[in-house]
Amino acid sequence: MAIQVKEREHQDVETEQLMSGCEAIAEAIRLADVDVMAAYPIRPYDGVMQAAAKLIANGKMDVEYIVADGEHSQFEIVKHACAVGSRVFVGSSGVGWFYAFEAIAVTAGLRLPVVAICGNRALDDPGAFGTEHNDSLAVRDLGWLLPWAETAQEAMDLALMAWRVGEDKRVSLPVAIGLDGAFLTHSQQIVMVPTQAAVNKFLPKFDLGDRLLHPDNPITIAPQVDQDWLMEIRMQNDQAMRKAHDVITEAHADFKKLFGRGGDNPFLDEYMTDDAEFVFFGQGTLALPMKVAIRRLRKEGHKVGLVRLKWFRPFPTQEIVKSLSRFKAVGVIDRDYSFGSPYYGGVLYNEVRSALYSLDKRPTIVGFIAGLGGREIEQPMATDIFEKTKAAAGSIKSGDMTHWIGVRS
Amino acid sequence: MSDPKETSITVEVVYRGIFQKTLAQRICRSIVLAARKRGHTGTAFARYGDSPERNGVPAKQFAVVAINDLELEASMAKYEPAVVDVSIAVDDTLVKGVESWAWYGRQPIWKPVKKDGFVLVTSDKSPDDVLAQTDTAERPYSLVVVPGGASFAGLWVFKDDHTDYRVLGALAKIAPDWVRLDDVMALIKEQTKDESAVQSARYGYDAAKMRQVKAGEGTSGHEKLQFTKPGWTTMRTGIVVDARKPGERNPQYKKYTARTLRPVVNFDTCIKCTMCWLDCPDECFEVTPEGHYEVVYQACIGCGICAQVCPVKDCIVMVDELRFEDNEDKWQFWKKDRDGYNKWFEAKSGVSADPKVRTPAARQEGSGNANPSANPTSASGGDD
Repeated sequence: MAIQVKEREHQDVETEQLMSGCEAIAEAIRLADVDVMAAYPIRPYDGVMQAAAKLIANGKMDVEYIVADGEHSQFEIVKHACAVGSRVFVGSSGVGWFYAFEAIAVTAGLRLPVVAICGNRALDDPGAFGTEHNDSLAVRDLGWLLPWAETAQEAMDLALMAWRVGEDKRVSLPVAIGLDGAFLTHSQQIVMVPTQAAVNKFLPKFDLGDRLLHPDNPITIAPQVDQDWLMEIRMQNDQAMRKAHDVITEAHADFKKLFGRGGDNPFLDEYMTDDAEFVFFGQGTLALPMKVAIRRLRKEGHKVGLVRLKWFRPFPTQEIVKSLSRFKAVGVIDRDYSFGSPYYGGVLYNEVRSALYSLDKRPTIVGFIAGLGGREIEQPMATDIFEKTKAAAGSIKSGDMTHWIGVRS
Repeated sequence: MSDPKETSITVEVVYRGIFQKTLAQRICRSIVLAARKRGHTGTAFARYGDSPERNGVPAKQFAVVAINDLELEASMAKYEPAVVDVSIAVDDTLVKGVESWAWYGRQPIWKPVKKDGFVLVTSDKSPDDVLAQTDTAERPYSLVVVPGGASFAGLWVFKDDHTDYRVLGALAKIAPDWVRLDDVMALIKEQTKDESAVQSARYGYDAAKMRQVKAGEGTSGHEKLQFTKPGWTTMRTGIVVDARKPGERNPQYKKYTARTLRPVVNFDTCIKCTMCWLDCPDECFEVTPEGHYEVVYQACIGCGICAQVCPVKDCIVMVDELRFEDNEDKWQFWKKDRDGYNKWFEAKSGVSADPKVRTPAARQEGSGNANPSANPTSASGGDD
């Protein structure tokens, strides 16, 4: 599957544009030659709707654009379109994502490689447009691949990766890219837009093979199976998720060869970790204020860095073990909550602790919940996180707690 | 009364969907409640994967009685006990085998019954006649026949015909360590305040006819249907299964064990009107080269709709399933030997093949049970 290309042969023909994360996704929809997309407005996903509609109206993109009567129909439309061989795109946010939940569950069960974005937004009630990761994370156990982007550029790159990985026959699973509402979806940044020729090299045509629902290929999809078959079907999904790890690695290598982006590690983005004793760990746009804090703290003599998670599912357990076991203490910053969970921690905190449990030498892992509902992570909060992480180092047990950061009492 | 030698007893009730679901539930519950009177404990449950709202489908319910809660635990959290002490079939046509769901295959009625266990059947026929349609025994068991036809007591409205009481009485005869006749009668008295119901239990106890069945006895005429379920490496991806090609019938699910009656066709009086072919909900009719419609008995569930919609009197007749040994389509028989076929038709159905001859009165008796498509529960009746 590896692609033979000269190093960065397309760098001269990329175009530089100023665009939001939503517009970057719309560009990816155009470049991937998506057949069917379904839309229903909810902020921040509606930014993609509008950007895609504009590309169509301006004659730059040809896609069957279906406005549904609600999110459930929206996700059902693309699921069915995918089953008949269409490359598809869909997305939603917050409670809209939850309204589609039944369709979201069956899409993964059916192994249909729908590509979605979840424009991360706090769940109602109360109403809040800002980012929180609980909407995406609610599907974490269902068989969706879940990458998270930091920048508009990465949003576009991950979208192109999503069709490549999801549609790979070894995987054949849906992908939902997490995009932080406002900070990523609605903020414009400089984005390098690749050429169609380069994308065509990276992204083969979608081919469902003998699973294509077509009159010439009579099949029945998803009959009632009861306990007689179900466990074998779940096992198939488990195996597909395991294979996704290697397929992502492969696709990442090809992507880097073609476009020169993506870093050395497909799953983790490390910042100033070479000599670090303490690291922050998180996903999405919170990496940006934390990198600012790291540069500031380093000036004060602290050996601190950042490990940003790029793929939450499949969870890169071995990569995380290899990376985090080097440090004295890790401050896991969750932009989510998991009420009543172990040590009342966030989702990432407990996943990371579970991954490191059997290590002989493991860092202290401290939990932080910050930035909920799109609250900005300000520098004093970053300092607070650092000081609490540093103070906990040396005793594994001192990580058995979760700190809420930047919350009024 | 002696204490039981075993620590528990498992009873299954094999019944037909819709019409007998409430009956099966009442029998299983009453077994536990009667056993409770002498201090045993128990559980009653339906096989969860069954879809007992499907017309005539063979389904199962179970009662397990144990000497205490600890012994009962081994029988809990199960869909279906692998081994039973007693299998009760509340419709004698069930002895031709049970195919409950796709990929289960057709299973002999005695399949889960342990060595020297009991198969208890409600039937108006003799034990020998019932045995003649039961699969060849692999191990010895006792066949017990409780007098009475297949009960169509109903699902939502239960029109009690005392089948449950007769069965409970017969069970008290074969498993007295677990269910005593006195306890059964006391329970029925409490539940119904009806002395005739109590006496039905005693009648079941007295009238049950028992016949020892040795390994090797029974018929080898029924088709064997067994399937190996695929594993995760051999299944297709994405919950995909091959669809049936046009004209192809499902090889993993035949459905014919749902039948209590089967339609038999008088091809000489058929006017080729297509009504049976159009209205059959299971698409069982194949059109012959001459435009007749023959029943594919491999697929027919015996719902009787064809006989109802047929505009020609006695052209399609519903006949007791136990009168037939095979599932062969019959049009070729008629084509080769009309007189022979018509004699066969008359012998099976009790109806003259000659439309000029009035149907003899014997037909009502000869055709066995009421037409199941005329749901007896739709009439007003006692509510359970």
